[in-house]
Amino acid sequence: MKVIIGLIVLWPLVGFLFNGLGRNIWSKKVIAYKATGYIVASFIFSVLAFLNVQSSGPATVHYFDFINTAGFKIPFDLKVDALSSLFLLVITGVGSLIHLYSTAYMKEEEAPHYARYFAYLNLFVFSMLLLVLGDNYVIMFIGWEGVGLCSYLLIGYWFTNATYNYAAKKAFIMNRIGDLGFLLAIFWLIVKLGTVSYGTVLTAESLAKLSTSDITAITLLLFVGAMGKSAQIPLYTWLPDAMAGPTPVSALIHAATMVTAGIYMITRSNILFSASEFTQHVVAIVGISTALLSATIAIKQNDIKKVLAYSTVSQLGYMFLGLGVGAYSGAVFHVITHAFFKALLFLGAGSVIHAMHHEQDIRKMGGLKSKLPITHITFLIGCIAIAGVPPFSGFFSKDEILAAAFAKSPIYWALGVIGAAMTAFYMFRLYATTFLGQFRGTHDQEHHLHESPFAMTLPLILLAVASAIAGAIGVPELMGGHHWLSHQLAPIVGEAKEAGLSASTEWALMGVSVTIAVVALLIALSIYRKKADGEPQTALGKFLYNKWYIDELYETIILNPLNKFAGFLKEVVEKNIIDGAVNGTGKLVQYSARQIRLLQSGQVGYYILFMVLSMVLLFIFWFNDMTILKFYYKLTH
Amino acid sequence: MPIQYYIFFCLTLFSIGVIGVLTRRNAIIVFMCVELMLNAVNLLLVAFSKMHHAAGLKMAATSTAGIDAQIFVFFIMVVAAAEVSVGLAIIVMMFRNTHSIDINFLNRLKN
Repeated sequence: MKVIIGLIVLWPLVGFLFNGLGRNIWSKKVIAYKATGYIVASFIFSVLAFLNVQSSGPATVHYFDFINTAGFKIPFDLKVDALSSLFLLVITGVGSLIHLYSTAYMKEEEAPHYARYFAYLNLFVFSMLLLVLGDNYVIMFIGWEGVGLCSYLLIGYWFTNATYNYAAKKAFIMNRIGDLGFLLAIFWLIVKLGTVSYGTVLTAESLAKLSTSDITAITLLLFVGAMGKSAQIPLYTWLPDAMAGPTPVSALIHAATMVTAGIYMITRSNILFSASEFTQHVVAIVGISTALLSATIAIKQNDIKKVLAYSTVSQLGYMFLGLGVGAYSGAVFHVITHAFFKALLFLGAGSVIHAMHHEQDIRKMGGLKSKLPITHITFLIGCIAIAGVPPFSGFFSKDEILAAAFAKSPIYWALGVIGAAMTAFYMFRLYATTFLGQFRGTHDQEHHLHESPFAMTLPLILLAVASAIAGAIGVPELMGGHHWLSHQLAPIVGEAKEAGLSASTEWALMGVSVTIAVVALLIALSIYRKKADGEPQTALGKFLYNKWYIDELYETIILNPLNKFAGFLKEVVEKNIIDGAVNGTGKLVQYSARQIRLLQSGQVGYYILFMVLSMVLLFIFWFNDMTILKFYYKLTH
Repeated sequence: MPIQYYIFFCLTLFSIGVIGVLTRRNAIIVFMCVELMLNAVNLLLVAFSKMHHAAGLKMAATSTAGIDAQIFVFFIMVVAAAEVSVGLAIIVMMFRNTHSIDINFLNRLKN
């Protein structure tokens, strides 16, 4: 087991070193085969680890001590259990497909950049695996920082474009704010419990040692970390900008895996979160607000990737709603199904962008249905899945979260259903504008329209199949299933609480949400079947089109004052006070040195004179209490 | 003889040594004045030694009080002898290089 788990993590690292160091040596073909091959190898070992967990239960393996000082120890332990093995499968499975897709999507890049791209991507998978496999918060934090770094590197992959670099920096800095919260939570745990291993922290004994306020503070700080990484209010604005990166990167990092790290972390710490009623409310409220806010923004966006980005933020909001109402397995379920259909949608969008020669504005698309048949069908499946139409996967996971939300408070449920309706609306607006109606681009673009190569359509097809059937792992008992996933996760998140809802209520809830979603998608289809959105006319339209002016708001209340303060420090404090002190010290030393230098005349007589004088002075100071005279008096009397 | 005679005598010798070192420019004379200071201290050591020993003998016939100071004197003489050999060698080298033993010439090291 030690070898299997070690290899899962090591394969992508080997790939990173291979591609990173050999970027000027290997041909693009070698790079592509190797980079994808290492992730596939990792996937195979993940399947082995998963089967091992199924047959003989969770395993923890110890490699070495990461920190070992007096009385404080952080072991480098990796752990596979039901939760991490599921994440392993998603990360390496979806990761392999996206690597395969990238080999064709990035074909136009030159070999060294091609290698750089795959090196970053492999490093990302390595960090992500470390994040989910680590057996304590510190190892998780190493992976956490690693994925943040790779996200930064890949958003700014086309580094000659200043806007992309700005987007990369924005993502990095916003994540840093969240990471500070996570780090403080780790320190807090160390101070209070003296350990960060899950095996000791996440137990009833540890909970007994922590006061209620401790638990609330720790969980809130952890949640701040999750906010940054998983793009929740108020730290969500980096994710839409992160679309500057290549599309497969958006699919892998900013939809399927990295942004779900926050959900993984909270699910892992569910014992702590369940112990703090207050934090749970905060998580649920932040989650549902993010879901609604970004859904409204998504309705008015015209960039194909921006719509998907806001949709991702919105879906992450649903997952946090699930976590907040205690439906941990529901949230993990949604992570898995979302990984499939959102990766599918992003890759589909990538295929469209590829065909349109890097055109991302959906107003200039339309009628792509016949030109890109495979992309069209798979994209449609993704849209149906995310809209929550049964029996596609999104329906089951979203419904589980909504049912749990209803059990907690019908308001959460109502807001969730409104969000689901908006989701269906904007996804089908996107679908209809892109694939239906007449082509609205230039003649040149129309001439060059082509279906993507097999390396790109194969992942689309596989992901479409997964999006369609992944709901099978969590069919509720109500529908005659036995909810395999929640039984899997029971050892980690506890047996799913009985929602206390009668069968008829559940059917009714399901019926209402599905009906509303279907109505919303039909409305979207009928509006956008023929035409695209023009410039927004109404005030509300402009407000949504400009993303609630949140970026402008941040600029006014945070960025500008900070810039002004920095300018003040630079112009006044730095130039006058700091420089003054440094230069003043230098001048003082130079001046006094010039004066004292004159004493060094080279005349031996002077030196001796000074010596004698100073000895006399020393005598006077040492014996100024007349010791000598007293001594002499004693001698002579 | 009362001890203060020795003290004043040594003080005089020492002062002559200091003044000589400060005022004379001839390196050999400066050197001799340094020796004079050393010997003033030696003399004082011996004088005090004798005084303490005499006081000790009054208490007990076998007393060795104060004897150790005379050992010090020997050490000082040995060190002084070594110092003389080095110092004279320096003066010889100085004379060979500058044809003078005026210590003020030594400021040429400055440049």
